[in-house]
Amino acid sequence: MDRDPRWLPEMVVADECFDAISVAELLRPVVDLHRRDPGRLLQILREAQEILGYLPRPALTAIAEALDLPRARVEGVAGFYSFLHLAPVGRYRVLFSDNVTDRMLGSVELMDRLCNRLWVERGKLSEDGLLSVDTTSCTGMCDQGPALLVNGQVLTRLSAERIDRIGELIRAQVAMADWPREWFHVADNIRRRDVLLDARWSAGEAVRAAVVRGRERLLGEMKLSNLRGRGGAGFTTHTKWESARRAASDDAQGRCYVVCNADEGEPGTFKDRVLLASYADLVFDGMSVAGFAIGAAKGLLYLRGEYAWLLPALLENLARRRHNGLLGARVCGQPDWMFDIEVHLGAGAYVCGEETALLESLEGRRGVPRIRPPYPVQEGYQGRPTVVNNVETLCKAALIAVRGGAWFAGLGTKQSTGTKLLSIAGDVASPGVYEYPFGVSVDQVLGDCGAGNAQAVQVSGPSGTCLARHEFARRIAFEDVPTAGAFTVFGAHRDMFEVARNFAHFFAHESCGFCTPCRVGTTLVANCMDKIANGSGSQSDIGEIFRIHRLLHAASHCGLGQAACNPLFDTLSKFRPAYERRLRSLDFAPAFDLDQALSVARRMTGRDDPAAHFGLGAGVQRGEP
Amino acid sequence: MNAASLLLDGLPLPFSPGQTIMEAATVAGIFIPHLCHHPEFKPQGSCKLCTVKANGRYVSACTMPAKDGMEVENNSPDLNDKRRTLLQMLFVEGNHFCPSCEKSGNCLLQALAYELEMLTPHFTQFYPDRPVDASHPDVLLDFNRCVLCELCVRASRDVDRKNVFALSGRGIGKHLIVNAESGRLADTGFSLSDKAAHVCPVGVILEKRQGFKEPIGCRRYDLQPIGMQVGQRPGSEEGC
Repeated sequence: MDRDPRWLPEMVVADECFDAISVAELLRPVVDLHRRDPGRLLQILREAQEILGYLPRPALTAIAEALDLPRARVEGVAGFYSFLHLAPVGRYRVLFSDNVTDRMLGSVELMDRLCNRLWVERGKLSEDGLLSVDTTSCTGMCDQGPALLVNGQVLTRLSAERIDRIGELIRAQVAMADWPREWFHVADNIRRRDVLLDARWSAGEAVRAAVVRGRERLLGEMKLSNLRGRGGAGFTTHTKWESARRAASDDAQGRCYVVCNADEGEPGTFKDRVLLASYADLVFDGMSVAGFAIGAAKGLLYLRGEYAWLLPALLENLARRRHNGLLGARVCGQPDWMFDIEVHLGAGAYVCGEETALLESLEGRRGVPRIRPPYPVQEGYQGRPTVVNNVETLCKAALIAVRGGAWFAGLGTKQSTGTKLLSIAGDVASPGVYEYPFGVSVDQVLGDCGAGNAQAVQVSGPSGTCLARHEFARRIAFEDVPTAGAFTVFGAHRDMFEVARNFAHFFAHESCGFCTPCRVGTTLVANCMDKIANGSGSQSDIGEIFRIHRLLHAASHCGLGQAACNPLFDTLSKFRPAYERRLRSLDFAPAFDLDQALSVARRMTGRDDPAAHFGLGAGVQRGEP
Repeated sequence: MNAASLLLDGLPLPFSPGQTIMEAATVAGIFIPHLCHHPEFKPQGSCKLCTVKANGRYVSACTMPAKDGMEVENNSPDLNDKRRTLLQMLFVEGNHFCPSCEKSGNCLLQALAYELEMLTPHFTQFYPDRPVDASHPDVLLDFNRCVLCELCVRASRDVDRKNVFALSGRGIGKHLIVNAESGRLADTGFSLSDKAAHVCPVGVILEKRQGFKEPIGCRRYDLQPIGMQVGQRPGSEEGC
């Protein structure tokens, strides 16, 4: 488990290399830069790791002392996020994106290839400390995979040749700055534009339009637009803003916040990445418009750790906006409106996409979802009224500020106004970002993206819905098939059991562990899927998955746990043969295989005669009916 | 004016404003299974054993505020079946060997398993590797039995003001840690007189040199099942 003894000797030795005084000296600029603010603990830990390579014990102690926090709290935060390391990692940290789309493009074989070339075992540090190779959850490059991260930098479109070249560069210890630049190119792959992706306005146009309309009329336009949240839940944006504004004005200080949820972690989605890369001004305009509407002085953008490579451009953009009077003391010349935006980086935790977990993370804590109520609009960031909106929602709000609510409401369907960005990947000819008015049929989308022989579409990622061929006439809209944006296509040749197994492991890896059903249930389900994959499954295992699905749906603390078994439930209902052909025709089969357990002894003794096999195992060899 | 009340399994249950379903039930002597809830601490709703159905939705009784006219289902086959499964999950997640555990008979996890008639752990055991910490002169920490209820975390933070305990890791790797660079309890400010030394509902935080002082068979839940001891404070048990 976590106290993996294999790490201990190295960790102790490595930790001894750091003496307490020199570590505190090394980290002083980092803690001072963040004003020794405990709310910035996650940012401080990230930057400390940049300096030290990992987070040795004395570093946690030094940070705790500098921030006047209990050391155990600092260690608890450091232990929560996948991208923070309490044990040494390689000078080159290679993380292969492990989304099902990466796997479909051969990522598993590529990782094995790199490991073999460099004589390193997956998940372990190489003996010379040069590198470590492991997997990570979807990096949002599904349209240009397989992808990997090396020390936080993203490399797309991997091939066997490129993997070999990467291996050579690592072995020769070439600095990443000297690697071929084209490897790091991330394409937008915009395939279908509608009102949002066609918007090419100058920075601040939406903010100026909002100011001209005035707060009341702006909120009126928002109401008229009937804009609903693009993060998946579909809550009415106007209601959210109005509630936060009311909650803030009830209070003497009136402080409130706008938070942009750019923790785009749902496997298969990447449209927010494109917005952040090529429409950042529209995103910041949207945040400013929301800030103007609710009377906030500060906006926070929570950027997922996998997108850390976007940070320099975003910070540059913010500096430009400050220079141009779009942020700061008198935004757009308004004497009574002060507004600025800060970017916070995540560190590898899907659960932080849940808005209250995101707020916990923003405050420098473990990303554990809060108890609701109270909702963020009442008590959000630092206990103050907070609007948390998805990147795409805020872009839409900017459009509405300029062009008005009635115009927006004229697009899409009655209950789902406007357009929706879809992140299309998988077995299609042209993967990328497609913008459609709500109400478009799955069939039409499949035709446009060149999905020749699709047997299934996973809409809205693993926590969404898996549609089979007979459902392709259904429409993308809140009243039919709602989506946060992922649209992953599986051709007829794909094994839907393996798709579901990948998702089961994803949820087990990303469960925050707060509540019992999700913490234990997601791992039980992943183990159950492995058991079936290994040929030891039976009908009772299928029953077991259904039973855990019902429990997680009912008793989990947040949406992650509630949705964790959805893909299994869907594929079991719609693609049952994919499961059943793996089952032994028994009511029950134990997970533990006695004959398999003897294989080590057989190998050591060089025997394979019948007497070296266990009783029944001698007759029922793996794979035989 | 009539006092506010909800319907718990069809029976009226009065409550005062601000009370949770759990608090209202406890006052009335009605048992709702729970593990991470403790009347002296802020509820956190993580064990999910107190899951009830309120107006048709599954919620945690310990965190859900009672509302007038709310219809709550508690003692039903569906809910008890879910609670039994949650207990089985907790049993296989850690290493729980009741016959050799000093806490046997005073353990909330064991008492709930009896109450809810959990006959087997059902799932495959995880057998995690969790070394014990015997460094402290007065207290032994046996992490094998931890159910991550965070009562010691809350007690040490909110009552003792020492922050001796915290959680680290994520998902199935989540685990209890202590506030010391060495990772040893002896190097924290922990003392036997701390509140946190006396809130563990299972056998993680054990006072040394007290082993089996009270014979098994004469302990709190040996005498009376947990469902019949609603509202009695832990520690108020009387031996035989």
